[in-house]
Amino acid sequence: MTVVDRLLQQIQSSEDVVRVRQATRERAVAQGFSLVDQTKLVTAASELARNTLEYGGGGEVTIDVLNDGMRKGVRLTFVDQGPGIVDINLALKDGYTTGGGLGLGLSGARRLSNEFDIQSKPGEGTRVAITRWR
Amino acid sequence: MEKIPILKMGRFLLVTIQVDMHDRLALQLQDDLTQRIVHDRAHGVLIDISSLEVVDSFIGRMISNIAAMASVLDARTVVVGMQPAVAITLVELGLSLDGVRTALNVDKGMALLREEVEAAGRV
Repeated sequence: MTVVDRLLQQIQSSEDVVRVRQATRERAVAQGFSLVDQTKLVTAASELARNTLEYGGGGEVTIDVLNDGMRKGVRLTFVDQGPGIVDINLALKDGYTTGGGLGLGLSGARRLSNEFDIQSKPGEGTRVAITRWR
Repeated sequence: MEKIPILKMGRFLLVTIQVDMHDRLALQLQDDLTQRIVHDRAHGVLIDISSLEVVDSFIGRMISNIAAMASVLDARTVVVGMQPAVAITLVELGLSLDGVRTALNVDKGMALLREEVEAAGRV
């Protein structure tokens, strides 16, 4: 698997969340994703970027354009130095939230992705990676 | 400051969301619409989202909130023009937009609003 393009985008404001959506869309289009697949990936990116901002206190995302033989994909890796997540299984449950939201961000982003990985420890921040393949 | 325009059409308010909204802009729209329902004594709100390429949980919650607030203020809300890819994604995301009436396009949405307002005896 090769990374053919990489973009690092800061997430410090709600305008940055919009930029993450736009950068993700551009790369999904360039990889030949269908409109539905584009929309799913961009929506997942939006949820995770907002989590990075709201719960992580800001952070960054690395957007990788992937080629794996015939497969073409996009991977997003969100990293923050925020308070971290105490109980990841609980955080992944639909409807669970410690903020004012619907509690669908993390669980929804997982459903909208082909691959999902989360690493977090209290006091050490959170890293969430998702990949969607064409 | 950036704002999403709200048009008055008789008893109804019409909003067409044409930009990729950041969260503060979405909250601003929610506030503005609620104010305008009262100020204009509106009986209904039509929200056209045909230009929206993404509806995530935040925008979805804003739409539900607007419908709930409008309802408390005795106004009906209809959301029109959702793109198929957005509908597919919303369901997979787990969002059901409970309590929000939808229609395929503006014409059908206006007809639905008129029906609802008439059924509520507010002619």
